[in-house]
Amino acid sequence: MLNRIYDWIDDRIDITPIWRDIADHEVPEHVNPAYHFSAFVYCFGGLTFFITVIQVLSGMFLTMYYVPDIVNAWNSVYYLQNDVAAGMIVRGMHHWGASLVVVMMFLHTLRVFFTGAYKSPRELNWVVGVLLFMVMLGLAFTGYLLPWDMKALFATNVGLDIAESVPFIGEWIKTLLAGDAEIVGAQTLTRFFAIHVFFLPAALFVLMGIHFILIRRQGISGPL
Amino acid sequence: MSNKVTRRQFLNYSLMGVGSFMAAGMILPMGRFALDPLFQTDAEGDEIVTSVKVSEITEEPEKVDFTFTQQDAWYESEVTNFAWVYKDGDKLVGLSPVCKHLGCTVTWAGDDNNPDMFFCPCHNGLYTKDGNNVPGTPPRGPLDEFEVGEKDGYITIGKKKENTLV
Repeated sequence: MLNRIYDWIDDRIDITPIWRDIADHEVPEHVNPAYHFSAFVYCFGGLTFFITVIQVLSGMFLTMYYVPDIVNAWNSVYYLQNDVAAGMIVRGMHHWGASLVVVMMFLHTLRVFFTGAYKSPRELNWVVGVLLFMVMLGLAFTGYLLPWDMKALFATNVGLDIAESVPFIGEWIKTLLAGDAEIVGAQTLTRFFAIHVFFLPAALFVLMGIHFILIRRQGISGPL
Repeated sequence: MSNKVTRRQFLNYSLMGVGSFMAAGMILPMGRFALDPLFQTDAEGDEIVTSVKVSEITEEPEKVDFTFTQQDAWYESEVTNFAWVYKDGDKLVGLSPVCKHLGCTVTWAGDDNNPDMFFCPCHNGLYTKDGNNVPGTPPRGPLDEFEVGEKDGYITIGKKKENTLV
């Protein structure tokens, strides 16, 4: 049955070459942990992607209950964690995944660095990777504020202080992030929410797309 | 070749021009929308009358609470902050309690070993009485200063400004 559906679609729009191009390709021996166990270091990029997918999914579901408003944000997080079935798990996935994705990304960066995979002709992909790193740290920073508890507030104050210490344009950056020159409040929360949920994920998807297209065009770098 | 604009060039320029206007028409409103906080004029800080009498102030920094109505976008709230106020001769001095390291709250004589200094408990920051940060401790600059005045015998707290004492 499934085969016939597949054939029916394939007859019309010829999808076999598309998914072959995406999914059907050989994993070289030197990156396959089944041959050399030490090759597990090549998994970190894929693990980063895997956790990113978890983050995107759990984040989508969290917004079903979350409200980016200074009066209700904390209450909505409390409610979704304690009163909604599996709320503890879904919020836990997003909470722990946030740290884990940064760790995995860092390990992936170390692997690329120490295997020299950033060298010609893959310099551009390194640059894209560094941009991805920054976007991911931005996501971690903006997500930290959203529960609107004391830890979130003070961490954000420190982060805004750091932004303000940029030469010449620091105060503008801080005001644009916080939504107000003095107050860390209603507009800070809505801005961080918008950045966390729309702007940075959009940038993340574009950069990930480029990252993956480049790796497919150039292939995985050779063994040491 | 003459310098005449060809039909192809004309169409190219027209389309690019129209396209640019359409793009600008979309981007400009959104950009101005996002940048609005930069163009908000600061609400001029009025002199806030506190409930502390000038005669109660000594040369020892005193915690003086002041309450004002804060307009945070669509929320209006009563906010109470405080200043460290003391007399320097006849002059009233008010210092902000916000540490210039990471924004914790400093206390006067909070450290037993430095009874004549402002102390930040978070990372052991120290400031002298005029708010100057002690070298070798974390703060990156002197404490901010408040404009302090007097009205009917009571302390008034005005705008926050950079420290003028050091």
